Amino acid sequence: MSTPLPADDPSAKIAIKAESLTKIYGAGNTEVVAMRDASMTVMAGEVVALLGPSGSGKSTFLTAVGLINPPTSGKIYIANQLIMDGPKALTNLRSFRRKHLGFVFQKSNLIPFLKAGENVQIACELNGLSSRQARIRALELLDYLGIKDRSQSYPSMLSGGQQQRVAVARALANRPSVILADEPTAALDSFRGRQVMELFTKVAHEQGTSVIVVTHDHRSLDVFDTLYEMEDGKLTQKAKEPLAVAH
Amino acid sequence: MNLAIKDISYNIGRFVLTAVGIGMLLMVVMGMGGIYRGVVEDATLLIDRLDADLWVVQRSTRGPFAEISRVPAKLSDRALAVPGVRVAREFVYHTIQRQDGDRVLRMAVLGLSWPTDKGDWIPLVEGRPLGQSRFELIADQTLKLPLGKQIEIGNEVYQVVGISRGMISSAGDGIAFLSSADALAVQLDVPGEAVRLERAARESRGRLFDVGIQQPALLENATRQSGQLPAIARPSISAVLVTLEHPSDAKAVAEVIGGWTDVTVYTADEQRNLLLKGSVEKVRSQIGLFRILLTIIATIIMALILYTLTLDKLHSIALLKLIGASNSVLLGLILQQALILGASGFAIAYVVGQQIFPKFPRRVIITSEDLIQLAAIVFVISIASSGLGVWKAMVVSPNEALA
Ligand SMILES: Nc1ncnc2c1ncn2[C@@H]1O[C@H](COP(=O)(O)OP(=O)(O)OP(=O)(O)O)[C@@H](O)[C@H]1O
Ligand SMILES: [Mg+2]
Repeated sequence: MSTPLPADDPSAKIAIKAESLTKIYGAGNTEVVAMRDASMTVMAGEVVALLGPSGSGKSTFLTAVGLINPPTSGKIYIANQLIMDGPKALTNLRSFRRKHLGFVFQKSNLIPFLKAGENVQIACELNGLSSRQARIRALELLDYLGIKDRSQSYPSMLSGGQQQRVAVARALANRPSVILADEPTAALDSFRGRQVMELFTKVAHEQGTSVIVVTHDHRSLDVFDTLYEMEDGKLTQKAKEPLAVAH
Repeated sequence: MNLAIKDISYNIGRFVLTAVGIGMLLMVVMGMGGIYRGVVEDATLLIDRLDADLWVVQRSTRGPFAEISRVPAKLSDRALAVPGVRVAREFVYHTIQRQDGDRVLRMAVLGLSWPTDKGDWIPLVEGRPLGQSRFELIADQTLKLPLGKQIEIGNEVYQVVGISRGMISSAGDGIAFLSSADALAVQLDVPGEAVRLERAARESRGRLFDVGIQQPALLENATRQSGQLPAIARPSISAVLVTLEHPSDAKAVAEVIGGWTDVTVYTADEQRNLLLKGSVEKVRSQIGLFRILLTIIATIIMALILYTLTLDKLHSIALLKLIGASNSVLLGLILQQALILGASGFAIAYVVGQQIFPKFPRRVIITSEDLIQLAAIVFVISIASSGLGVWKAMVVSPNEALA
């Protein structure tokens, strides 16, 4: 069902590869080309920032490689498998997402009726862990992200930054190859925003997880390995600014 | 981790309120079924308790419950003479409504065929059966007449000597058992002035007739009691209850008595059917239809509630889809909640109903058969009414989690 990934560089592991993704919303008069011919290759452990003005197609790209929003054309490879061939899925997307992808979004996307620990635990359980194992893993992750003490709190009782950490913990639950984050720091002050960004780098470098982060926050760009810019549906790689390289 | 229970315990206040609401609704459905049963049971209760093999009533009537039946009092003697008949009882029955202090006292008066029948078959909670031929009565406890109480009906005073349990007319009124002589006296109780007027009318009518003119002595008779007039029959009774030597002879005996031109004979089963098909039929179907209506309403309301519950969770459901929850997990969440809600509602309905129903003026009979049936209905409703929510959950895109 899946085709092996044609790797350019056999020494590094490619985590995700998007090839000529195009997304057209609507048809006829209302047709919007949200993304055209966007390609990106992300290596394991690489942290990528995706910049660009509002409406340029960043979320469209992220949800496409997140297997939530199928592209009109183009190919998506994840973990050495061709997953999307145009709008056609070549595998069960939901279970593939569960095993390989982690998501963090602008507003904390925690389940309100589950406590912080349970929000992480459920992700593990969905992936087949027993509830005991899942609970242990959840506590490990919350500990790793420094909010173990809040594991018994409901999301509504957590601050925005704490909620985002729980969301990151949940994204990490099943040791995904890629974490996709859409403006994860938009609701946070710059200090806490930076903390979350640094968390991503930590995870990527320690666990080999690739991270793609859509962000408007130019102050934290120095933590990223690679920058991409989206403009009017077109994706281009950007050189890191000298100031940022100095980190 | 059970998501359904987690969600419920997080929103426990709302859940309890919803369960109580559904519980009350189901209690009404349950009660309606109980009232239906009560009407049917009450309707035939008297017939069952009287335990007669044959009912002899006025020719061509469906009496004595479905309509008025009048047969001569002496009919019981005639019936007793038929071979195979063991007992023939006079049956006098009518409903009266009187004032007892400032309370409306509505009762069905049933005449016992003294001395054949002293009311030994009546289930008593207090007191005794009738001990003399007149001026005593056994009252059902629903009439709320205390033992020993003297009550005045018509021109006479009767003493309550026994209190019965569960003796109710088909209309739901408590029964007062009197000797048939007393029952007739109550039934035919006419004010003194009316009696005098009637006698005067008889006399003046008599004066105009040849007989009256030729035999003035006859006119003297006109002023006497109706019962003493040779030409006027004794007051009529409602029916005659026949008990047979061998119940298997019913057909043969019914044929003999049915051959008399002034009466019609029904078996106990036929009598029961007359009631169910006749006087209580409309009430029965009315309540039955109402019950169906209520069940439909309960279904709609539950569907609405479960749909709203699902809508409230739609974001969480989209999120669960996003993080890879399978449809069976989502289905489990919605269906389990529906079933928990249905089961809690049913339990509340049962418990509250057990407290409330006995206080109803008429019997509400909750049979275990009906309970099982309602439980099955609630089960089906819960599943069916989550359909809308399930559908919504299935079509929601994980994209919604990002909105
Ligand atoms: N479901 C949709 N139907 C039609 N058009 C859409 C839909 N989603 C997005 N678009 C359009 O596609 C374009 C790209 O949208 P997208 O959400 O990817 O932008 P974005 O870069 O994420 O913007 P922002 O920074 O504001 O989040 C926009 O013009 C938007 O109006
Ligand atoms: Mg966006």
